[in-house]
Amino acid sequence: MPEQSQETQIPETVEKRSEAQEKRYKSLHAFRIVTKYLKGSMGSVVLAWLFVAGEVVCEVLIPYFSEFLINIIDPEVGVTEAIDIGKLWMYAGIMIGLALTSTVFGILAGFFAAGASAQFGKRLRQAMYYKIQDFSFLNIDRFSSASLVTRLTTDVTNIQFSLQMILRLVVRSPMMMVFALIMAATKSWQLSLIFLALIPFLAAALLIIAIKVHPTFVRVFNAYDQLNASVQEDLNAIRVVKSFGREDFEKEKFGKVSYFIYKSFIHAERILAFNNPVMQLSVYTAMLLISWFGAQMVVASGNSPAGFNTGSLTSLFTYVMQILNSLMFMSLGFVMIIISRNSAERVAEVLAETPDLVSPENPVTDVPDGSVTFDHVHFRYSKEASKDVLNDINLNIPSGSTVGIIGVTGSSKSSLISLIARLYDVTEGSVKIGGIDVRDYDLVKLRDAVAVVLQKNVLFTGTIRSNLLWGNPNATQEELEKAAKLACADEFIERQPLKYDAPIDQGGTNISGGQRQRLCIARALLKHPKILILDDSTSAVDTHTDSLIRKAMQTEIPDTTKFIIAQRILSIRDCDKILILEDGRIIAEGTNDELMATSEAYRELYETQLGGGDFDAA
Amino acid sequence: MPRRGPGNFHKRLTMKETFQIFGRLIGIMWKRYHWMILLASIAILTSAGAGVVGNVFIGRILVDEQISGILAGTKTFDDLARAIYVMIGIYGFGIICAYSYQVLVSVIGQGTQKIIRDQVFEHMQSLPLSYFDTRTHGDIMSIYTNDIDTLREMISRVFPTVVQSVVTMIVAFVAMLISSWVLTLVVLGFFFIILLSVGLVTKQSAKYFIGQQRALGATNGYIEEMIAGQKVIKVFNHEEESKKGFDELNEQLCVYTTKASSFSNILGPVTNNLSNIQYVILALIGGLGIAAGVPGLTAGIIISFLQLGRSFTMPVAQLANQVNMITMAMAGASRIFELVDEPSETDDGYVTLVNAEEGEDGTPREADHFTGRWAWKHPHAADSTITYTWLAGNITMDNVDFGYVKGKTVLHGVTLYAKPGQKVAFVGATGAGKTTITNLLNRFYDIEDGKIRFDNININKIKKQDLRRAMGMVLQETNLFTASVKDNIRYGNPDASDEDVIRAAQLANADGFIRMLPQGYDTILSGAGAGLSQGQRQLLSIARAACANPPVLVLDEATSSIDSRTEKLVQQGMDAIMRGRTVFVIAHRLSTIQNSDVIMVLERGVIIERGTHQQLLEQKGKYYELYTGGMMKEN
Repeated sequence: MPEQSQETQIPETVEKRSEAQEKRYKSLHAFRIVTKYLKGSMGSVVLAWLFVAGEVVCEVLIPYFSEFLINIIDPEVGVTEAIDIGKLWMYAGIMIGLALTSTVFGILAGFFAAGASAQFGKRLRQAMYYKIQDFSFLNIDRFSSASLVTRLTTDVTNIQFSLQMILRLVVRSPMMMVFALIMAATKSWQLSLIFLALIPFLAAALLIIAIKVHPTFVRVFNAYDQLNASVQEDLNAIRVVKSFGREDFEKEKFGKVSYFIYKSFIHAERILAFNNPVMQLSVYTAMLLISWFGAQMVVASGNSPAGFNTGSLTSLFTYVMQILNSLMFMSLGFVMIIISRNSAERVAEVLAETPDLVSPENPVTDVPDGSVTFDHVHFRYSKEASKDVLNDINLNIPSGSTVGIIGVTGSSKSSLISLIARLYDVTEGSVKIGGIDVRDYDLVKLRDAVAVVLQKNVLFTGTIRSNLLWGNPNATQEELEKAAKLACADEFIERQPLKYDAPIDQGGTNISGGQRQRLCIARALLKHPKILILDDSTSAVDTHTDSLIRKAMQTEIPDTTKFIIAQRILSIRDCDKILILEDGRIIAEGTNDELMATSEAYRELYETQLGGGDFDAA
Repeated sequence: MPRRGPGNFHKRLTMKETFQIFGRLIGIMWKRYHWMILLASIAILTSAGAGVVGNVFIGRILVDEQISGILAGTKTFDDLARAIYVMIGIYGFGIICAYSYQVLVSVIGQGTQKIIRDQVFEHMQSLPLSYFDTRTHGDIMSIYTNDIDTLREMISRVFPTVVQSVVTMIVAFVAMLISSWVLTLVVLGFFFIILLSVGLVTKQSAKYFIGQQRALGATNGYIEEMIAGQKVIKVFNHEEESKKGFDELNEQLCVYTTKASSFSNILGPVTNNLSNIQYVILALIGGLGIAAGVPGLTAGIIISFLQLGRSFTMPVAQLANQVNMITMAMAGASRIFELVDEPSETDDGYVTLVNAEEGEDGTPREADHFTGRWAWKHPHAADSTITYTWLAGNITMDNVDFGYVKGKTVLHGVTLYAKPGQKVAFVGATGAGKTTITNLLNRFYDIEDGKIRFDNININKIKKQDLRRAMGMVLQETNLFTASVKDNIRYGNPDASDEDVIRAAQLANADGFIRMLPQGYDTILSGAGAGLSQGQRQLLSIARAACANPPVLVLDEATSSIDSRTEKLVQQGMDAIMRGRTVFVIAHRLSTIQNSDVIMVLERGVIIERGTHQQLLEQKGKYYELYTGGMMKEN
């Protein structure tokens, strides 16, 4: 392989080695965590192993008896008497019996192994899924949704598939090897020495191949990710590509990565291609050596049934296959473990994560009112972060008032409101609702009282009705209609042929952005919350409807405290209190009139948007 | 090493379809790799042959000829040694062949995969926009992430197994026939029993396998949707319901997986032991035959047969193991070919854009170098003359009707004209047809009725790439590429020098923030410019359009963001690149609208009002309502 690339030849540094050790430890740990979920199926596993053992014993005994069968057909030198038909039938009977038993054992083992690994997959998947349900926002952020999905789908499937293979191999191959070796030795211990010489050779060769090929595969998979990323990018930007006429350039870009994958894969497979020849080399060597020495032993014994005979010779040939094949399978198992290692690590990471938000011991279950207090609140997303996301926030919002929040992207508006529903915990200070620290409430009760319409809101596969019912599973049709009306969603729902039973596709992609946002607001309203938080929830709704929604909330749910984050100054102009955020601090607060008088930033904003800027007729 | 993503559903193909797809696949491989395929086949044949010869050697040569001969005194150990040397040669050759075919097959497999992958991507680039608008990106992606990979695995794993199995069977069969036809009949009988039981097991296993794939698709689909909405679940305390839905799907998946893998697990033991039983029966019948004095039957023949019988029947099991893989790969291949068969964007345009310089009479003349001025080159087939027209930016739409779906017209009788340098603003509610009009100008979609002319040339006659080159676009969603800032800006004009790039960035007001980036213009953007703010991404996309320097510009203004500093820069940048060009703008900013030469108010695909800002306000129509609607009402 002349194109063996340079970087793989670089000798490992000391640091790298310790990194490798660290990695090995990590994978071991990962396997320990993952295999825990096999526990519930240990019964099936043990049974599967027992049956596999039985199957192996039968399989190894069959060639043992074949010696006697052959000896009857190919008698000793000088013996000319007729073939002993009685004995022929007897041995044939024994062997067929063994084969049938082995079949039954094999089928049973197959059933139990399948059950055990399917159960294992189920439990692992469930454990992860349940775990994620307990994740806080912070936990979810740490992994990202996309990565959680891959871990729950591709990775679990990989592990389950590997386990199913390994479960059988782990007992079958070593047992087969040992047992076949013993039986071979009973035929002739001298000839069995050939195996003892060949096994280490083959084992080493297979191991070297597996280890050699691993880094190339890692590189290939990285290139794959790169390729997929570039396809994704091209898909997203297809309008740009086409409008600038750069299709050929994109093809060229793709072609380069594609070629790299092709090259690396061939490189890897050129190494892997040694597997088969190495195996054949071992088998053929064993067979020829046995032929040579075996023939001499047969001649020496005169092909006597008591000594080494042609029957023994044929049995040994079968043992060659059994022993060396089991080595091959062991290397396959080894490769499987290597491949599933990354998956196991990624799954274990999820399972080992501790949810960092839980209800307190003796939680308060009743939220008295919708007043909100921020008391010297500091917040950062992780302890390691160098800078506060929110810095010394003090607020006192009476129940029933409307608060507008405005500020540039990254000024921590969303962070601020997410502390109210305890989506994250404050780093310092406290957030109180109805005078009680949010950390003292039962989480479920708290979130029932605080409805948040998130910036990145989604609808789920189902119908308009099934989505609205998320807010309140027991809501009547009247309640649904009322909430829809409040959110100005009633008109478009009535326009749907199936009205409230109109289907919603995954993510709500079959309705427009504005309609989606209105449904999300209606869904939140159905909770009859004490506090309602709209995080930029009307950005795709036209200004007119936007103002209708705000007006409806003012008059229909006056006792609910409302927080509105908006990009448009128009959306928050009439609030009881407006907060301007910059870099995690409140730089100004007051009513529209107060801010116009006191805040330079607010005035500037007002000018650009309303004075000569924004005409959003969308 | 499969990387199967979620939602890889099983599409049921008929036998005929499967064979068609299979044939097409073979065609692709054969076209590029026929020599390698032939060579690989010979290598596989030889290597399989060496294995079979080995079986014959043990029985007939070793036992019958050599050992019996030595025992009888007719042969010596030297003869045996010679026989073994011959075998070393044969085996050695077999091993070399085994290695060669493995390498050849990997080249063929990987190469075919590359051909298909490249073909899929290349074809995808030529597809009309409607293809992308009517499919989710996830579905298209899964062709790359799942289908092509499954196909590769089939080519590089299944094909060799199939060829090797078939070759082994044929060679073994011939060897058996030569040795003894009676015993061959016995083996044939067993072959059919094994075939039958394998068929039975495989049929069951395939049934459950499809069920399992479906259940897996359903579970993974659910996971995907729920995890994406995990934060909403939390906010609505919906964890328990979400678990319940998951448990149902997970349980079903478990049931199917258990059944599917049970059946695939028992295939091995069943076939293995059937071949063991065949072994015993052969020995039994052989022994009885010798006892009965059947002529030509020797111990050596029987011993050979015991091995040959295995070589003949075992491949059946190996083939059966591949059935599921083949089904899956064929389903994937059908999706791949579906994309490849999707009709490309048609382009019958023959008018092209060329560099031009001014002739003596002031008319354009084609130039072979970059002149900074462009002209339309318009060949006339009737009298085989060529006329040149300056690229000016004169656009007219004449009574245009259009619908994305046949029979559902969304634009009705749209007529408009823009002289070079004029600005046309579109306003109207979402879904009124603003974006649709811009989609028609550069032929992302083709109109149903009416005419669109560019410099008095029907745009149907203009080559699409040239039409689009003459028309820049700044979209609301700023799609940046994984490349340096510099390369992103010159995306629309690859010949632009670094100076051109910087000039474009300065014009777009982007120069300032770019210089603040860690590596300035050489900073590599990744994840579609994830590290930049929305406003900064907009600035880059404006710079990109400025660098392409087209006479006509289509702008889809982003709704204003609250970041008033960047906002101002974006506004200034927009204003700067609009200068001196014909501009169509989907406007959100008042300043843009006020500066427009003409404003088109759209409602449900019809232009209901047109005029300048002042004129429209005086009309007191829809525009007036929109303009005052949000603001006045609340005062």
